[in-house]
Amino acid sequence: MNQEDFKKWIKQVNERIQEQKEYLSELDGAIGDGDHGVNMARGFQEVVNRIETFENPDIGALLQQVAMTLIGKVGGASGPLYGTAFLKAAGVLKGVTECTQSDLILALEEGLKGIKMRGKAEVGDKTMIDVWEPLLSKWKENPETSLKELKAFTAECMEGTRHLEAKKGRAAYLGKRSIGTLDPGSVSSYILFDTLFSNLEDVAS
Amino acid sequence: MSVGIVLVSHSHELVKGLADILSQVQPDVKIGIAGGTEEGDIGTSAFKIKSAIEAVDDGEGVAVLFDLGSALLNAELAQEMMDSESKIVFCDAPIVEGAYAAVIEAGIGGSLEEVVQSAEGVKTVSKLAGQN
Repeated sequence: MNQEDFKKWIKQVNERIQEQKEYLSELDGAIGDGDHGVNMARGFQEVVNRIETFENPDIGALLQQVAMTLIGKVGGASGPLYGTAFLKAAGVLKGVTECTQSDLILALEEGLKGIKMRGKAEVGDKTMIDVWEPLLSKWKENPETSLKELKAFTAECMEGTRHLEAKKGRAAYLGKRSIGTLDPGSVSSYILFDTLFSNLEDVAS
Repeated sequence: MSVGIVLVSHSHELVKGLADILSQVQPDVKIGIAGGTEEGDIGTSAFKIKSAIEAVDDGEGVAVLFDLGSALLNAELAQEMMDSESKIVFCDAPIVEGAYAAVIEAGIGGSLEEVVQSAEGVKTVSKLAGQN
């Protein structure tokens, strides 16, 4: 993937977030403070506005811009969490203009480490980590996994958060009453990865 | 010179009001506030927190008090983005009582460590003691 492909990916993430804005806020309203959709929609719209004119082919520089915009504009916990993830990924891809699959996995793994450091959460806490960690482990261990299978697995990971009891974030105040609702952060992370895999399909064809 | 105090909340009004209360008690202690997002909505902003810390830091260190979840996430991010070597401590304390204790301690010349201890000490103080 080159810088243009990354831009295209981010734009598609934004489109999906805008479409799903109310759904994300509804999920968050059930177990949190109800602003995840609005926050993510505001943040990613601003990201797209700012990267429109971004010409530097350095993918790391692009992701750095994405990170700083998310940190400044999202608000809520998802701002510093996604912001940190993109910032760490940007560090790995600094100076890179053509990103291979292994570069991408490495960058996303650093992103995951950033999310875990920032949120101090682990797998099973009903957070976005329940999508990121199993997905990246699977992809790293089996780099040949088809994009279709990766997409299905991402959806499965997201769906898996429904039965978990929240241990982090506002939802943790609800304890067992958080069971039965998808974690909104896992849904926005699903969107992030699902659009990434769609883009990789496009790049490959 | 005293330890600076920074109040971080999801609401600008909340920390504005709290800062007013504290200034009445200790007008000489520098109090920075970072409430709400950059647009003034409910939320927190790492950039606003960073500016608030920088504005009150005169070398003695800064004690940060915060309200809910993402306030700490953004405060930690703000700390990582700082260029200077400021001494910053996040207080594990309720924001109103903790900030009150912190400001008193800072006002009498307490060190950063003492200010943080005072703020965190309020967790074990009963608000209803002696009222039976």
